[in-house]
Amino acid sequence: MAGPEFEVPTLTEYTDVPRIKEGAMAHVKSFVSPQATQEYMGYPWVLPADWKERALDKMGELLGKYRSLRVFMDACVHCGACTDKCHYFLGTADPKNMPVARQDLMRKVYRRYFTLPGKIAPWLVGAVDLTEDVLNEWYNYYHQCSECRRCSVYCPYGIDTAEITMAGREILNHVGIGQKYSNEILVKVQKIGNNLGLPGPALLDTLEGLEEDIEADTGVAVKMPLDVQGAEILFVTPSADFFSEPHVESLIGYAKVFHAAGASWTMSSKASEAGNFGLFNGNYETMRKVAMRIRDAALELGCKRIIVGECGHAWRVAYSFWNTLTGLGYDGKDPFSVELQKQLDPRFPQPMHICEYTWDLIQKGVLKFDKSKNDDRVITFHDSCNVARASRMGDEPGGQFTIPRNIIRAVANNYQDMAQETIGESTFCCGGGGGLLTDDLIELRVKGALPRMNAYNNVAQEEKVNFLALICAICKAQFTKVFPYYGFDRGSVGGVHQLVSTAIKLD
Amino acid sequence: MTALTVFYTGLFYFASLALVGGLAYRIMEYARTPAPLKIPTTPAPTTTSGVVMRMAREVVLFESLFKSNKWIWLFGILFHGGLAVVLLRHIRYFQQPVWDWVVFIQPFGKYASFIMVAGLAGLWARRFLVDRVRYISTPSDHLILALLLGIGLSGICMTFGAHTDIVDLKAFALGLVTFDWHPVPDDGALLIHLFLVALLMIVFPVSKLLHAPGVFFSPTRNQSDNPRETRHIAPWAAALDRTAK
Repeated sequence: MAGPEFEVPTLTEYTDVPRIKEGAMAHVKSFVSPQATQEYMGYPWVLPADWKERALDKMGELLGKYRSLRVFMDACVHCGACTDKCHYFLGTADPKNMPVARQDLMRKVYRRYFTLPGKIAPWLVGAVDLTEDVLNEWYNYYHQCSECRRCSVYCPYGIDTAEITMAGREILNHVGIGQKYSNEILVKVQKIGNNLGLPGPALLDTLEGLEEDIEADTGVAVKMPLDVQGAEILFVTPSADFFSEPHVESLIGYAKVFHAAGASWTMSSKASEAGNFGLFNGNYETMRKVAMRIRDAALELGCKRIIVGECGHAWRVAYSFWNTLTGLGYDGKDPFSVELQKQLDPRFPQPMHICEYTWDLIQKGVLKFDKSKNDDRVITFHDSCNVARASRMGDEPGGQFTIPRNIIRAVANNYQDMAQETIGESTFCCGGGGGLLTDDLIELRVKGALPRMNAYNNVAQEEKVNFLALICAICKAQFTKVFPYYGFDRGSVGGVHQLVSTAIKLD
Repeated sequence: MTALTVFYTGLFYFASLALVGGLAYRIMEYARTPAPLKIPTTPAPTTTSGVVMRMAREVVLFESLFKSNKWIWLFGILFHGGLAVVLLRHIRYFQQPVWDWVVFIQPFGKYASFIMVAGLAGLWARRFLVDRVRYISTPSDHLILALLLGIGLSGICMTFGAHTDIVDLKAFALGLVTFDWHPVPDDGALLIHLFLVALLMIVFPVSKLLHAPGVFFSPTRNQSDNPRETRHIAPWAAALDRTAK
């Protein structure tokens, strides 16, 4: 690996709030999406002559369709509560990475064209005209937000910058300035069925290879079924689980759990992706289209339960939005949702997280573990942003924090939390979420990981922690990449079900 | 009636209309705009009564702000708490006879003005002293603080310094309510106080003061966390279920 062309931050005991450094990240710009991709997505690929009207029309449309955007544009009082909460600000000191300043990039334009004082006296309320420079600034800084919602926890009005970032990206797409990384993934998932662009036959081949590996390793014939008609459980997981390290170790873990439980389960070549980058772009219809693949697969295969693998934003979309987008849930009264819901087994929540499933089996005593197999590890757990602040597990609020930790404690002897202000609802993003997990943003990713790296370093130094357990495909890829920049071993990153896989007893 | 009285009488009717009409319009707009997705910031309450409790803690105790920054919380709660008591004390100018509890809080209301002003001073100081807050402050942020501070200080002047003729003032205020107009007392501090209050009422519906109604409509705070159990769908989104498959 070539050395970084930027300064990697130094680790400190606490993450200090930096003094602002204007323009510190103005040079960081994610690659722009090419013509073919934009065309497939139905967006222009160069700035149209009437871009300004298009942008403002889109903004007006979004203001009418999303109460969040409408209220958040008006409600901010510039109190400053959010200014030291974003990991990208803490890691880069660029003031435009303060949540309020990121919101203001759009708010200034909103005030100019949609409010009376901004129309009469723009200088008074900080309103600005929409120019190409403003658009470019939007592009840079709306792709320096991972939509992690940490700011929304701390805002006295609950203003969620993610909602504004999503709207910003949607407007940019409509004037031809899309992001290459996210849009290319959205094309792949719609054309081929998953974000990695792994076609059905290759997937089948990969799964068979993994079955052989498990059998060679354990002597037990653990299956990884694909497209099994009439299977009880449809299991949907991020496609990174099929062949990225360490993701695949968790996939092996899920398969062992299903095996030990004697479950009838299948994956689907059609729905071979739990992730949904439609979320990141803020386009409801794209997000819905991508989510429909799971509904269609469930209907075709006749599955009664839907379970989702380790993936943060996928779980947000699944838990919070699937019922809305595709009727996958309960309480639907319209024919569209009833068609699917009458097929689902009402004894279980739909969809269910793999951690809910595994924890349930552990509580029932179905799974047996040899915890000592994990004794070489001292484990800590990183709450992934979308799971922590945009979803839930179990019946009680906060189950998303307790259930994964309960599983870890059930399969391993050494567990240690990181500092309270860096976990739970206060968790720091890994630095690569929200469509930023691309090499053209590596400087941002390394710097944005700083608060988490500081917290991890503390427990590594003081408690000899050597394993960061995760339940998110993006977190796994991001930490595997940035750990070495901070002097940590990339092998100390892995999934919760990797730990399950290590300790589970099969027969 | 003097020109001064005509001006102030007209000003207050205009300001009241702007405030009530403007706020009603905004609230209608917030209420009409759908929230197509479930986006409560979790962990969130799973029931409606839980949401009511969360909102009450947010509005009365500034729960999120407390988690966020103790200084802003302290100055914010001092200002808003002080303002609330001061406003309640002012009910006495619009009724005859005066309710007992309004009589009771009168002495507290007088001193609450100092608490309110202290909170405002703290909030304003942060706009100069904290580089991050300085960076985000616009002229209007400073002006609104100046406006509120001007109202507070001119009020304190009349309560504790040069007393204004309270009987005449009450006649003017009651006159506005009963449409039986009386002259506005010709007293500098009072005229400044009244003018600034009217100005605040007028800018309320077109400024960041909309955070007051806005917080109640914030989907991250007012939604319950039950998306698996209930199908939440906006009308424009439901149309997609019926057309495109």
